[in-house]
Amino acid sequence: MARMVTTRNKVISTAAAWLIGFLIFFPILWMVLASFKTELEAFAIPPSFLFFHWTTENYVTVQERSDYLHHALNSIIIAGGSTLIAMLIAIPAAWSMAFSPTKRTKDVLLWMLSTKMMPPVGVLVPIYLIFRNFGLLDTRSGLIFILCLGNLPIVIWMLFTYFKEIPKDILEAARMDGATIGRELIYVLTPMAVPGLASTLLLNLILAWNEAFWTLNLSTLEAAPLTVFIASYSSPEGLFWAKLSAASTLAIAPILVLGWFSQRQLVRGLTFGAVK
Amino acid sequence: MKNVLCAVAGAAALLISAPSIAQTTLTVATVNNSDMIRMQGLTSEFTAKNPDITVKWVTLEENVLRQRVTTDIATKGGQFDVLTIGTYEVPIWAKKSWLVPLDKLGADYDVNDLLPKIKDAVSVDGKLYAAPFYGESSMVMYRTDLFDKAGLKMPESPTWDFVVDAAKKLTDKSGGVYGICLRGKAGWGENMAFLTAMSNSFGARWFDEKWEPQFNSPEWKKTLTTYVDLMRQAGPPGASSNGFNENLALFSAGKCAMWIDATVAASMVTNPKDSKVADKVGFALAPNTGLGKNANWLWAWSLAIPAGSKKVDAAEKFIAWATSKDYTKLVASKEGWSNVPPGTRTSLYKNPDYLKVAPFAKLTLASIDAADPNKPTVKPVPYVGVQYAAIPEFQGIGTQVGQQFSAALSGSTTVDAALAAAQSATEREMKRAGYIK
Repeated sequence: MARMVTTRNKVISTAAAWLIGFLIFFPILWMVLASFKTELEAFAIPPSFLFFHWTTENYVTVQERSDYLHHALNSIIIAGGSTLIAMLIAIPAAWSMAFSPTKRTKDVLLWMLSTKMMPPVGVLVPIYLIFRNFGLLDTRSGLIFILCLGNLPIVIWMLFTYFKEIPKDILEAARMDGATIGRELIYVLTPMAVPGLASTLLLNLILAWNEAFWTLNLSTLEAAPLTVFIASYSSPEGLFWAKLSAASTLAIAPILVLGWFSQRQLVRGLTFGAVK
Repeated sequence: MKNVLCAVAGAAALLISAPSIAQTTLTVATVNNSDMIRMQGLTSEFTAKNPDITVKWVTLEENVLRQRVTTDIATKGGQFDVLTIGTYEVPIWAKKSWLVPLDKLGADYDVNDLLPKIKDAVSVDGKLYAAPFYGESSMVMYRTDLFDKAGLKMPESPTWDFVVDAAKKLTDKSGGVYGICLRGKAGWGENMAFLTAMSNSFGARWFDEKWEPQFNSPEWKKTLTTYVDLMRQAGPPGASSNGFNENLALFSAGKCAMWIDATVAASMVTNPKDSKVADKVGFALAPNTGLGKNANWLWAWSLAIPAGSKKVDAAEKFIAWATSKDYTKLVASKEGWSNVPPGTRTSLYKNPDYLKVAPFAKLTLASIDAADPNKPTVKPVPYVGVQYAAIPEFQGIGTQVGQQFSAALSGSTTVDAALAAAQSATEREMKRAGYIK
């Protein structure tokens, strides 16, 4: 009897999981479908799901009008660069706060989080002026800098909670056995923290890839990443859904593929602690 | 730790690469619409004649562009050499000395050929601060077949009474045809563009001569009541989320008997490639109530040079090219007369080749002529602008009021409550900005 219930439950939960998964995935699927429609079909009511005249003309137009590779390369450099630098700063910061906390550690952590509470547009003009004076407008290094700063609080918080989960006793045991701090880091801490590090890295990469406020406002041409590429295809007068969908599909493709291949690490990292 | 620092420094050093911009590279910021995209495609014709200038384009969605360009010009960031701005920005920015006056457009530019109303809209104190690239007004687009079937005849300059009456007669909800489609989506450039223009025809105004908001006036009440009642009885469902594109889709699919919106829509609804009703569309002036003002607006996307640009000469050369008569001829020779940017030059409306392919040309010109940004309303007002008041505060106030009116349309508030809320919100903002005490 118990077995039957389990099977039935399994079927139900599997079906529910697929349904929820499909619902979450649907907007992306719809975008990909719309990118293969003509502009007329893209706004047709009622919409056609699969039986429409498939065309790749939107992709051709998008290729002709803008330089996808230039924007994609900028996105890779900016998202990758800001993530790497954020990790390099956040790992020692989180490590010290997790393993040698002081009276003020909690305050420091809260203060870091508080910087995320203000809407970015509140500091747009001061940041813009600083960027102008330092010649950072429309440079990749400028964008790497600002995205790195923007994501640091989240990265430090995530790493801090992962490191917190690692029992101090293990590190102490290693120290008792005579491990130096370097050996302790490399042979004891790192293997235990890899899932956490990997998921933080990936999440930070996705956040930086999708960041649309600073990248739109601080770049013009040379440093413009894919967010600017997408923004050029929206229009208040005239039909643009199909071309916008094609541009968006191209823009999310790299990060989607990366997410697909690393989903195991992502899930493992995000549920780290919860399932222990 | 030392290694980590070295790695950070190394990574930073590798990634710092300032963009190298040559002396004569122009960066043009523009919106995404078909005329602008076409100009982008024809840039090589300009650079072939001016080999010392290269042109680079930044195309952005209208609201993103507005924010981006405003930030840059207010901080003198110097990221752009040519800006695409609307008639709303020109007077505000010119007064702040953010724009370079365009007085070196060349002898053959023929400034006097610009349509007078459009020229007024981009001039301050008689000086041209932006060159109009394309201009638009709004007008009635209607289905000639449905009007014939119902035995109705659209006058060239209809009254609101006629439009309301016809809309009710032509509504066939079971057949999916609605008498009229109008903007309902909240926003200063969305429903408020239409409603402000409509209110002008009812004798209403945003502010009196002392900048006191006027939403408590009987004229505004009549405007909003007429609009809400008309849309409830003869409008499509969910109209409070419809903007230009949604209505374009509805009209092109044959679901609206009338649509009052931008004159640029005329070329879209008469294009058989995009419209199911291409051969059944007629045009008329926007409605009036006999007070001397029609419910039509005036807008021109124009090219301007930000003060502080170090490439003023090259930028002015480019602007002169892009808004010249020769550019019109260039587009006509490459893509046909129906694709030339409309609404800026008198000579275009005298050109028989253009008139042949543009059945809407006469009404577009008449609509533009019927709008006066310097005298937009029946009663006197302290502001410039037909469907907006050209003050920096208007974007915020217009959108707040637009939300109230959109709510009145969807039925979540009443006309009276929406007007009262609009009045108090506008009063508050105008006090805060120091216009009134």
